[in-house]
Amino acid sequence: MSITAKDVQHVAKLARLNLTPEEEEMFTGQLNAILQYAEKLNELDTEGVEPTTHVLHLNNVMRDDEVRESLPIEKVLLNAPDEEDDQFKVPAVLE
Amino acid sequence: MSTSKYETVIGLEVHVELHTNSKIFCGCSTSFGAPPNTHTCPICLGHPGVLPVLNRQAVEYAMKAAMALNCTIGDVSKFDRKNYFYPDSPKAYQISQYDQPIGLNGWIDIEVDGKTKRIGITRLHLEEDAGKLTHVDGGYASLVDFNRVGTPLIEIVSEPEISSPEEAKAYLEKMRAIMQYCEVSDVKMEEGSLRCDANISLRPWGQKEFGTKAELKNMNSFRGVQRGLEYEQYRQAEVLDEGGVIVQETRRWDEAQGKTFSMRGKEEAHDYRYFPDPDLVTVHISEEWKEAVRATIPELPDARKARYTSEYGLPEYDAGVITSSKVLADFFEDSLNYTKDAKAVANWIMGDLLGYLNSNNLELSDVKITGQGLGEMIGLIEKGTISSKIAKTVFKEMLESGKNPQQIVEEKGLVQISDEGAIKSIVEQVVANNPQSVEDYKAGKQKAIGFLVGQVMKESKGKANPALVNKLLVEVLNGE
Repeated sequence: MSITAKDVQHVAKLARLNLTPEEEEMFTGQLNAILQYAEKLNELDTEGVEPTTHVLHLNNVMRDDEVRESLPIEKVLLNAPDEEDDQFKVPAVLE
Repeated sequence: MSTSKYETVIGLEVHVELHTNSKIFCGCSTSFGAPPNTHTCPICLGHPGVLPVLNRQAVEYAMKAAMALNCTIGDVSKFDRKNYFYPDSPKAYQISQYDQPIGLNGWIDIEVDGKTKRIGITRLHLEEDAGKLTHVDGGYASLVDFNRVGTPLIEIVSEPEISSPEEAKAYLEKMRAIMQYCEVSDVKMEEGSLRCDANISLRPWGQKEFGTKAELKNMNSFRGVQRGLEYEQYRQAEVLDEGGVIVQETRRWDEAQGKTFSMRGKEEAHDYRYFPDPDLVTVHISEEWKEAVRATIPELPDARKARYTSEYGLPEYDAGVITSSKVLADFFEDSLNYTKDAKAVANWIMGDLLGYLNSNNLELSDVKITGQGLGEMIGLIEKGTISSKIAKTVFKEMLESGKNPQQIVEEKGLVQISDEGAIKSIVEQVVANNPQSVEDYKAGKQKAIGFLVGQVMKESKGKANPALVNKLLVEVLNGE
């Protein structure tokens, strides 16, 4: 499996990235190199090995349903690009 | 143009907010109506480097709901990231469940036109809710309130087995009732704790393949879902009749205009690139855990309905109406602690109570009457203390003041007059004052007696015992 320039354009679009044609070419090469490196794993015999989604042998990590203090509103808004009425103000996404 | 040439195929996606105290992955409060952004923290705001920790209660509510919908509970459940950019989602992904949801392969039974139909449920999964956007500056900017981000949701996906807008409404009503009985959610559509999207397509009768579907959004009431689907059914039939093709798209229901509109910009093929959330470990659900949760499921609407028909002899219809809401059914049962007459209780609930609530757009919790009050009031009718007519006045007073019926009767002097002498004097007076009606009656017009009864009731301010009035009138008229 290899990555084409079209795949790169698609992924860039989903990630809201504007790439120049040179960048597209560069990332196509880099992404293919990464995939090829990971391909090496296919040499392993995984017959009879259960698929995992995690490297830790942990499950059922849960907490009780208890309310804890939230952040003060001044701190909440520290990362807001713009604010109005204690809310984050952002450009509208038109539908 | 007609819709009868086509078979309608509908699938519903229902989102239900679980009423935990805290959010699904952090300790922020989930309570409704707080000032904007005051229920947020680095976890639900999606700050880098934070670690979500799963709320056990949310998992148990999801299991309970899934069991009540007859789903199989997975032994292992996991969380995945659903990636998309939208300002209501601070992380640019939503934590959801992709291939290992909490519940699979369930069903519910719905009733339409007296027939029962089973609708399959494909899956039920847990996920986090998004924030709330308010558009400002003439639509050029949005304000974001993240209080709702991270509220636990279950998404319930039905099989495409719903065949009409009426069935869709019945499905939603049954879904709401089950969630309400299970006490996992407030299920209030107007507060957004129950939301519904619909997929709808048409196909010529007999065709095996599905037609192209449209996804409907923004239907904010049960009525809205039904109307939106009716409109869309009609629109698609018109397109097909004219030889056109249905475009697969998301359409927005506009309640005020009564139409659906294409939502441009949502058409770009969905590519959510789901992958397992590396911050969350799998949930292993043991048989013991399943059984412990199963034991908390109360009697559900269908079972209660069956019991009301067998135990109390209620007609199917009455039992269906009363069990469609848990608070109503509880009210009914509470009344029966004070009277044995279940049918009378049902009649008062379905007539005067629901009539009052519906015409004033109220819920049972908005009025002060109690099940005990209604039961005791029916007791007063049975004892002959008040007439059914007076009871209507008492009932109205109970709705508004919540006072007990005995007190209302005493305060307002509503006790029925059952004293023969007192009634007889009114009867004699009415007979003397209405010679024409008396003559009509004597001439064989039986109807005239109705007028005279009415006059006696009026004279007594509705308090005369109607049976006695009738008896005494006949006696007086016949000169006995």
